[in-house]
Amino acid sequence: MATVTLKVNGKELTVDCAPRTLLVEALREHLRLTGTHVGCDTSQCGACVVHVDGRSVKSCTMLAVEADGAALTTIEGMAQGGELHPMQAAFKEHHGLQCGFCTPGMIMSSTDLCARSATTPTEGEVRHWLEGNLCRCTGYHNIVKAVRAGADGMRGGK
Amino acid sequence: MTTTGIGASVRRKEDRRFLLGKGQYTDDLVLADQTYAMFVRSPHAAAVITAIDTAAALAAPDVLAVLTGADVAADGLGGIPCGWLVKSKDGSNMVEPPHPALAQGKVRHVGDPVAMVIATSKAAAKAAAGLVDVDYDVLPAAARLDDAVADGAPRVWDEAPGNVCFDWHIGDPALTDAAFAQAARVIEIDVTNNRVAPNAMEPRAANGHYETATDHYTLYTTSQNPHLTRLLLGAFTLKVSEHKLRVVAPDVGGGFGSKIFHYAEELLVLWASRRVGRPVKWTSDRSEAFLTDAHGRDHHSVAKLAVDASGKFLGLRVHTYANMGAYLSTFAPAVPTYLYATLLSGPYDFPAIYAEVKAIFTNTVAVDAYRGAGRPEASYLLERLVDKAARELGRDPVELRRQNLIQPDQFPYQTQVALQYDIGDYQATLDLALAAIDHAGFPARRAEAAARGKLRGLGISTYIEACGIAPSALVGALGARAGLYEAANVRVHPTGGVTVFTGTHSHGQGHETTFAQLICERLGVSIDNVEVVHGDTDRIPFGMGTYGSRSLAVGGSAIVKALDKIVDKGKKIAAHLLEANVADVEFKDGQYRVVGTDRVKAFGEVAFAAYVPHNYPIETVEPGLEESAFYDPKNFTFPGGTHLVEVEIDPETGVVEVVDVAIADDVGVIVNPMIVDGQAHGGLAQGIGQALLEEAVYDAEGQLLTGSYMSYCMPRAADLPNFKVGNHVTACTHNPLGVKGVGEVGAIGCPPAVINAVLDALAPVGVTDMSMPATPEKVWRAIQAAKKGA
Ligand code: FES
Ligand code: FES
Repeated sequence: MATVTLKVNGKELTVDCAPRTLLVEALREHLRLTGTHVGCDTSQCGACVVHVDGRSVKSCTMLAVEADGAALTTIEGMAQGGELHPMQAAFKEHHGLQCGFCTPGMIMSSTDLCARSATTPTEGEVRHWLEGNLCRCTGYHNIVKAVRAGADGMRGGK
Repeated sequence: MTTTGIGASVRRKEDRRFLLGKGQYTDDLVLADQTYAMFVRSPHAAAVITAIDTAAALAAPDVLAVLTGADVAADGLGGIPCGWLVKSKDGSNMVEPPHPALAQGKVRHVGDPVAMVIATSKAAAKAAAGLVDVDYDVLPAAARLDDAVADGAPRVWDEAPGNVCFDWHIGDPALTDAAFAQAARVIEIDVTNNRVAPNAMEPRAANGHYETATDHYTLYTTSQNPHLTRLLLGAFTLKVSEHKLRVVAPDVGGGFGSKIFHYAEELLVLWASRRVGRPVKWTSDRSEAFLTDAHGRDHHSVAKLAVDASGKFLGLRVHTYANMGAYLSTFAPAVPTYLYATLLSGPYDFPAIYAEVKAIFTNTVAVDAYRGAGRPEASYLLERLVDKAARELGRDPVELRRQNLIQPDQFPYQTQVALQYDIGDYQATLDLALAAIDHAGFPARRAEAAARGKLRGLGISTYIEACGIAPSALVGALGARAGLYEAANVRVHPTGGVTVFTGTHSHGQGHETTFAQLICERLGVSIDNVEVVHGDTDRIPFGMGTYGSRSLAVGGSAIVKALDKIVDKGKKIAAHLLEANVADVEFKDGQYRVVGTDRVKAFGEVAFAAYVPHNYPIETVEPGLEESAFYDPKNFTFPGGTHLVEVEIDPETGVVEVVDVAIADDVGVIVNPMIVDGQAHGGLAQGIGQALLEEAVYDAEGQLLTGSYMSYCMPRAADLPNFKVGNHVTACTHNPLGVKGVGEVGAIGCPPAVINAVLDALAPVGVTDMSMPATPEKVWRAIQAAKKGA
């Protein structure tokens, strides 16, 4: 058994788990944060993306023990005070989701992209960045629109 | 139009929970005392099971049970049933082999379940599954369609000589022979529709809970139609009465057909729960999904088109082999027959058609309906053939199509393959799409690309589909073992809220919004006051689920019928409150009004009176305001349209880039344009995926070579362009909403347009054929071969 200390969505938490436990398992099964999804077993789909110390990471690719001491944000931590994060709001406005299963990973991945770049990413940049995130429902058209609008929103623009 | 009624792009009500990470998918649910199941699956495509030793697994820590086919047999569980009976042309029934939930005696595809391990944790179940020792005598396999029909091929089932499940036909052979006898030219094509894996992002999962005290079963499952699952569990597999069974499909992360069917795991978790006395959950991982979710497509066809000297189509003859896999999945026999061959007339005026379909067993996972189901196969065949005809006749592919399209004044149009199209305007969608892609400007774009060393091509497909599946009498006559109507219940609450219970199921289609819009439009209540409930057999009267773009056309129509009853009952109440004759009361904009006066009662007041019936026509009208309706449609609906795809090929690498997609569909009346466009986008992505990237490949021994996202190429954001989506509406003539359906148009219309574009681009270098998926390697090889030949 390993004890992992994490700061998840601003809260200090500890998880007692087997050393082989993946971060996504720690989140979903130990902490019951089920917004982070599992869509594959090969680190290809991006349904499990969370932020570890501010950077997007596929949580199925990392052991929980590797995240010991880190600050994590999951989809559950994005909205503040009942207000959707600008990226969440943009996904809703631009119909960037259908079944919603890929959506948490998409939001976590795109907010990282937009936080990294000083300007609104181009369509090509968004498409390139999202290569690690699969969506089977939307055809990406509206996701790309949403991410660019979300980038504007994150900068306080419209 | 109101801002929330029919025609408004209302933002989706369901989005908030998904965006917050608060969706409730099946695997999210952990029941008290939860246990976990893991399956031991066959590594061989065909083998005799000579022994199963479960002792070591049973002795492993935290293991509660290890169950095998012998336990399934001993407990009298039924085999997984097939919901559709097809007869061969000689009148004999299809070969319908047994499909035990856990293999008995033999395994017939890689992934066939052999044993089930139940433990108190997932990790323990997984570890113990590795300890189950199965001895196999490996048999030769018939894994691929062409191998399975070859002389001397191994038999998947002893009772199916030649591996033939059925040998079916449709159309008039004599009429077709006569048409071909008159033909000026006959164009022939040989096409394969590649096998694909549906790949909903949420893997399948099932959580079964048997309660001893009440003798009651609850199944949480990733299903597109929970009532059908309950029906099949009740009548065929678990064999307990439906009132003892509750099936819940909570939030479902996409289906695309793969979650329509009753799968063995759904039965097994319930049964195992009864055996171990605790809830049992199974969640597929992706590799397991590739091996066990029903695949789609997998046809091989040869078709001939007869034309007269002017290019008018005279007749069509088609021979198709359809791969069924090793077992018959719920809808499987319907796909290559009634959902495929009946669409072979396409949007064209064909005086004669004859089609033969042989369904073939192979040692692979079952093939069943996948987005479009049969219709993409028909459209691909026909649109490739028409393009080939245009090339051979020296005609422009657009003009050849235009000449043969059914004209607006020919509706209703009776095809030679059973369907009657009620309405359409194929010329209008053709013109819209051509304008959207700037068809006239294409030669200049091609020349510009050539200057950059790229090959540019434009591909077209004009297509039709049949959706809104039903009517019951018709599908019954065609072999369906269930009816295909839909049910709805509309409950108006005393203080004005409305709950709609629908038998359809939303797994991304946005029903919670679209259906609420119907209520807003009709009753004048605000959209926030409407809630749509689906996916729980204990809450919903009945239902046949969501597939074949039937939710709005059939389910929405059931809601409209229930709303009619609500409005009518309200009229009687309002007449009483207004002291008027019922005949003099009209309902409009949320108000009951005495015609020609300003005496009105708001809908809310009437609803309140129904629940607080102090001043009420109690002698003639019951209190309460809740109505149910079942709707069985008169016909299928027939969306159609034109899809245009422009590609650019790098001849050095063979990479095909889709540079532009413009589509114009006629999907009938549009309730929520934003959602309709989104459905079209999703279908296009899957269509382009099939055309360029995706293929489920088995080797000759029956090993799946594309069993993960490392080897199965899913379309990613960078593989796709933006889509130009246009619509031209002709209202469906036989449902009250005038709607047709949109979910599948992209997957049906797009793949042939992509391949036609690829062939258009490659024509200058002498390439004349290309199969799906047009991968860089295949394209590159075709270019090299053409160069050598030249
Ligand atoms: S679940 Fe992590 S990438 Fe698919
Ligand atoms: S919304 Fe369903 S997978 Fe993306």
